Amino acid sequence: MSRSRAIRRYNSTVIILCLLYAAFLMTAIYAFNHQLVSGPLAVVVAILPALPIIGVFAAMGRYLVEETDEYIRMLTARQSFYATGFALSVATIWGFLESFEIVGHVESFYIAVLWFGGLGVGSCINTLTMRRAV
Amino acid sequence: MKNRLKVLRAERDWSQSDLADRLDVSRQSVNAIETGRYDPSLPLAFRIAELFGLAIEDIFTSPLAPS
Repeated sequence: MSRSRAIRRYNSTVIILCLLYAAFLMTAIYAFNHQLVSGPLAVVVAILPALPIIGVFAAMGRYLVEETDEYIRMLTARQSFYATGFALSVATIWGFLESFEIVGHVESFYIAVLWFGGLGVGSCINTLTMRRAV
Repeated sequence: MKNRLKVLRAERDWSQSDLADRLDVSRQSVNAIETGRYDPSLPLAFRIAELFGLAIEDIFTSPLAPS
């Protein structure tokens, strides 16, 4: 079986969401730098860049539902669990370091960045453990 | 879980890709099952058994079976 329909759909969705993210982020930066928004509209514009990132999480969820190859689905689910554990662990450690004033403040949206990095960690762990478990 | 997938496949002169196409799964899945790194679900095990015209226990060895 060539690449599944589910992964092709996931990839194309993620590409569109990345383009939307860039567009929304540039719009938000421009709007705030030029003080074009205030009040409730400022809230909406500030949230705009978050929406495509939330969309990527949703796309991953849909992929896991639509993937018909159970082995690949199991590997991807494991990868997501590792990513979640990695992101939450680093965020928790950083939170305590920050509250004891050992490190500076970092915006919480970096947890999403950690999660995406965690997918890479999960992929490495999958490769190592699945190779070893013969 | 031990299995006879590789032997059955070789008897039919099928590559892993051939078997993957027939089962509508990826080649990695066939490889993982064949080498015992992944135990297929019951529906997939039935599909494999039906493809070879055998019973599941003729292909897969029970982990509880004495070695």
